[in-house]
Amino acid sequence: MAQIICNNVSLGYEDRTVCENLNFEINEGDYLCIVGDNGSGKSTLMKALLSFGTVLEGEIVFGDRLTRKDIGYLPQQSEAQKDFPASVREVVLSGCVGGLGRRVFFGRRDRLEADQNMKMMGVYELADKSYRTLSGGQQQRVLLARALCAAKKVLLLDEPVSGLDPSASASLYSLIHHINKHTGVTIIMVTHDIENSLRDASAVLRMSSEPRFFSSVEDYRREFLAGGAE
Amino acid sequence: MNLFELLGRYFSYEFVWFALIVGVLISLCSALFGVVLVLKRFSFIGDGLSHVAFGALAIATVLELTDNMLIVLPVTVICAILLLGMGRNAKIKGDAAIAMLSAGALAVGYLIMSLFSSSGNVAGDVCSTLFGSFAIITLSRAEVILCVVMSVVVIALFVLLYNRIFAVTFDEAFASASGVRTSLYNLLIAVITAVIIVLAMNLVGSLLISALVIFPALSAMRVARTFKGVVITAAVVSTLCALIGILVAILASTPVGPTVVAVDIVAFGLCFAAGKVMKIE
Repeated sequence: MAQIICNNVSLGYEDRTVCENLNFEINEGDYLCIVGDNGSGKSTLMKALLSFGTVLEGEIVFGDRLTRKDIGYLPQQSEAQKDFPASVREVVLSGCVGGLGRRVFFGRRDRLEADQNMKMMGVYELADKSYRTLSGGQQQRVLLARALCAAKKVLLLDEPVSGLDPSASASLYSLIHHINKHTGVTIIMVTHDIENSLRDASAVLRMSSEPRFFSSVEDYRREFLAGGAE
Repeated sequence: MNLFELLGRYFSYEFVWFALIVGVLISLCSALFGVVLVLKRFSFIGDGLSHVAFGALAIATVLELTDNMLIVLPVTVICAILLLGMGRNAKIKGDAAIAMLSAGALAVGYLIMSLFSSSGNVAGDVCSTLFGSFAIITLSRAEVILCVVMSVVVIALFVLLYNRIFAVTFDEAFASASGVRTSLYNLLIAVITAVIIVLAMNLVGSLLISALVIFPALSAMRVARTFKGVVITAAVVSTLCALIGILVAILASTPVGPTVVAVDIVAFGLCFAAGKVMKIE
């Protein structure tokens, strides 16, 4: 069974529908890019996947024993965050907050988990540095490590490379590729950077008022990128 | 008589102890949640709420209630919930709502006091409510106990919810995606802020409360790198400033509130310089 199935989903808020009749499936280990114009419902779909209640009709089904808690999230950075006085370790560790349950403080296992994810994202050396002194690319890697602390099966990335220079975004893409290939984590990425993000993707969902497009990357290139990049 | 003998004589009075206990506890609480408010970009809420508290106090004074808290606390808490709850999707945007509320409450408060007050010295009453000049040295035993209990509750909540408060402050979107009930925590932060402000009215008066909330947090952010460091530094700075401020005020017969805030300003200057020297940033 697929990990996430969207059945005839309509998304929107109380007073307006953002998009209708959305149908797609995501399997374990997939790398899905969600592209589309502003206002086409990309972030509304993100909220729906995180169960923030934007599903008006239809249903989003989780298969493969996937639950809400298995989805890690990398939101877009806010201005306030960029100069937040916190160490890298504190930020990454805060990814474990969903697993606290009735506990009050983080335990040894949480700390080990945070250390492991910092090592995987190559920010372990920065653990005691202040988050606000890092470069944009380093900050995104820290937030990726935090997302990995929160979830092991699916990562939901909202515009991960926006505001990064080309070399920082290239290294972030290769990190995401690495996570996808070596740990089998499903990647769902909302992005504007279509050409670069499709390099590693296995599927693409194009959001627009109508018609919608859900296909392999090759088909998408043929359809929208005039002959493809090859 | 030298300084120490003079201090020793003052310490034999109960009211001096009361003032010190209440002052230290309130500045500790306001420093802890001040860090959260400053980082969440909510600094102005403290200011707005303090004016609301002034308005509510004016009404309570005119009604001649035995305990002013019965009106002041609920009114301030409700306004805090409204202000923080409206936040994003209100018709009147946050900063405008705060400005409207604070100026409105100030005006109505003064109007009510001057129209209905039975006291002969309205200007003096208003002045002491705004700048807290005498309230702190006329505390009753019951008020001190109330203040101690509230402070212990506030500090305990902060320690117990520390990790969740950090998550909500650093990144609300991520926190709610991880299953933290962010709206509940925002509500809690609003209510606690209101409680701190009402308590702090006794110490520094309603005009100067935001100084108590904001200065220690800003000072700490100059010199500390981590969130935990900022919280601890803010708590220490705020407590020291309150102690020094109250003692200076007693010895030099200056108004307590403004003296404490002046010490906070000096502390901020020192931290700012220390931050520059240590090259933090």
